[in-house]
Amino acid sequence: MEAKLLMGNEAVAEGALAGGVNFFAGYPITPSNEIGEIMSRRLPGAGGKFIQMEDEIASMGCIIGASISGCKTMTATSGPGFSLMQENLGFAAMTEVPCVVVNVMRGGPSTGMPTLPSQGDIQQARWGTHGDHPIIALCPSTVREVFDLTITSLNFAEQYRTPVVLLMDEVIGHLREKVVLPQVESIEIANRTQPTCPPEWYRPFEDNKSGVPLMASFGDGYRYHITGLTHDEMGFPTTKKDEVTALNHRLHRKIRQAFEDIMLYETFLMEDATAVIVAYGCVMRSAKSAALELRQQGKKVGLIKLTTLWPFPRIALENMPEQVQEIFVPEMNMGQIYREVTRVNQGKLRVRKITKVDGELITPDEIIRGIKREGADSAKRY
Amino acid sequence: MQKDIDVYQYLRHEKKFPLIWCAGCGNGIVLGSMLRAVDSLKISKDRVAMVSGIGCSGRTSTYVDFNTLHTTHGRALSFATGLKFARPELTTLVVMGDGDGLSIGGNHFIHAARRNIDLTAFIYNNNIYGMTGGQVSPTTPGGKIASTAPMGNIENNFDTIKVAEACGATFVARGTTYDADALDEIIAIGIQHKGFSVIEVLTPCPTIYGRYNRLGSAVDMLKSQLDDTIPLEQAKNMSAEELQGKTLTGIFVNEDKREFCEEYEKLVQRAQKK
Ligand SMILES: Cc1ncc(C[n+]2csc(CCOP(=O)(O)OP(=O)(O)O)c2C)c(N)n1
Ligand code: SF4
Repeated sequence: MEAKLLMGNEAVAEGALAGGVNFFAGYPITPSNEIGEIMSRRLPGAGGKFIQMEDEIASMGCIIGASISGCKTMTATSGPGFSLMQENLGFAAMTEVPCVVVNVMRGGPSTGMPTLPSQGDIQQARWGTHGDHPIIALCPSTVREVFDLTITSLNFAEQYRTPVVLLMDEVIGHLREKVVLPQVESIEIANRTQPTCPPEWYRPFEDNKSGVPLMASFGDGYRYHITGLTHDEMGFPTTKKDEVTALNHRLHRKIRQAFEDIMLYETFLMEDATAVIVAYGCVMRSAKSAALELRQQGKKVGLIKLTTLWPFPRIALENMPEQVQEIFVPEMNMGQIYREVTRVNQGKLRVRKITKVDGELITPDEIIRGIKREGADSAKRY
Repeated sequence: MQKDIDVYQYLRHEKKFPLIWCAGCGNGIVLGSMLRAVDSLKISKDRVAMVSGIGCSGRTSTYVDFNTLHTTHGRALSFATGLKFARPELTTLVVMGDGDGLSIGGNHFIHAARRNIDLTAFIYNNNIYGMTGGQVSPTTPGGKIASTAPMGNIENNFDTIKVAEACGATFVARGTTYDADALDEIIAIGIQHKGFSVIEVLTPCPTIYGRYNRLGSAVDMLKSQLDDTIPLEQAKNMSAEELQGKTLTGIFVNEDKREFCEEYEKLVQRAQKK
């Protein structure tokens, strides 16, 4: 394939189409607009469906309805819209409806800074909707990775019957990079497993080894009930303790069992590292430059790039080489992944955060100064 | 229309759950009409989807043997839009309460009507929030008592028909649980209509609205539907004074206008020719 100059948001759309999305519903919001616009141009020609809904609550409801009818669905939004989607996102988690929500993070809280980047929605992606639900969230650092992770998100959604959040940020969303996209034939695509049994044998939420029930589409002859109420194996409301417990446990188990498959991360320069930077999204780019620069200055710095943010890829930290003494977590928020790192670290190593919330990217220099504890900076070290 | 159909074939009668509706609730009458209408149109159960919101009304979907989706409060129409758009061949019935469809779900109601997507939307209007215990709703008439309007409602209420019409719904009708025969017919026509159909059904909630407002028994409430409503045809020959305080029933709007899913299909064909 030839090289293309592609913007992050364009790569989401390309990945979505390559990954099989045939239904998109959305509501305009900066800085994610390009995704919906491209889908509105491309889907009709590809025989897919596009609809602009009246708000983000409706966008989320709409893709869930379409997914239940058998479509591969996606929506894209940013902070305020992501907040509005939360109730129905929880519905998708509870009813195990595959769908992908792209959140191109912008400065917050509230309307915040629509055109400027942040990483402020990391914990919201985990806990934004009420109740004790599992979730998967992935976070790309390059435009090529945006393409790949869009497909991975779609695959995870289908394989595990769960909503998946693709956490982009404004920098990656609007970054243009030269990318070579993979051959279509080489792309692996996962689809939900559908029942093949006679309809009268179908138990829509029945447990199995994977914890992921078979999913029939409405209209295919398996008439069944879907509700956001706590339900039994047949999909009907229940408050029986054993059935309630079984459902809640299975929802978590199906993701937990697949941790090794879902937890994506990469390590660089770790063999002899004494200090490690843990970074994700756009900040990962500065972190890599910082690590290389510090190595030139003689400090042995390694890097862990988190690709999966939820479930938190704890194995990345648990498998740290022995000589590591300190961990630095640069983020464009007040320390949302730092919380997770300290939780997993359990006091073993020194963990420092380097945060920046002024709407600008953390520079390699700011990370270097943060690590060397030099001077006051807009990037604060605590 | 055949009245003595075997409703059991449409109900999930072998399931273990209890019916949550109170004795005397009108919701079961609406459901009966719906099933007779579907039966009269000979639509296979596999081809029917029912999407409902949250409330006493929203539980309708639990009991019927269709493809059923019980969604979130107020959002049924957005789920139904996705479902119908993805599978236009499914006859899609959307069941909402008055609070569900017109308060929290008001925005979706407005836009589903504007889009004229081929859904049949039911508003079970009991003038109150039933499930949560009797709070005031956007259809509670002025002066009526609710648990959050203990001294009488000081707000104005919606006329569902006018709202639906103004928003572009291409089939708009009102029926009552008293006149189930008329309701059967309205629903059958509404389902056949290509476009967004709104059917408001006045349905008594004796347990809560009735008690708060001293409207008597379930039977009394049904009978007062007869006294308080006038069919449209009859109203044509009546004076303004005679119509004072009466609610009209029947089919208010029934028109052809381009329908969303069909227009999208045309757009796909245009896009694919290019
Ligand atoms: C987002 C949200 N807000 C509030 C509720 C609580 N709630 C459940 S049903 C209901 C109102 C029901 O009234 P109505 O829609 O008129 O239906 P009815 O019960 O009268 O049939 C409310 C407010 C909820 N489930 N979800
Ligand atoms: S509370 Fe009212 S609306 Fe709800 S089931 Fe009872 S009678 Fe019907």
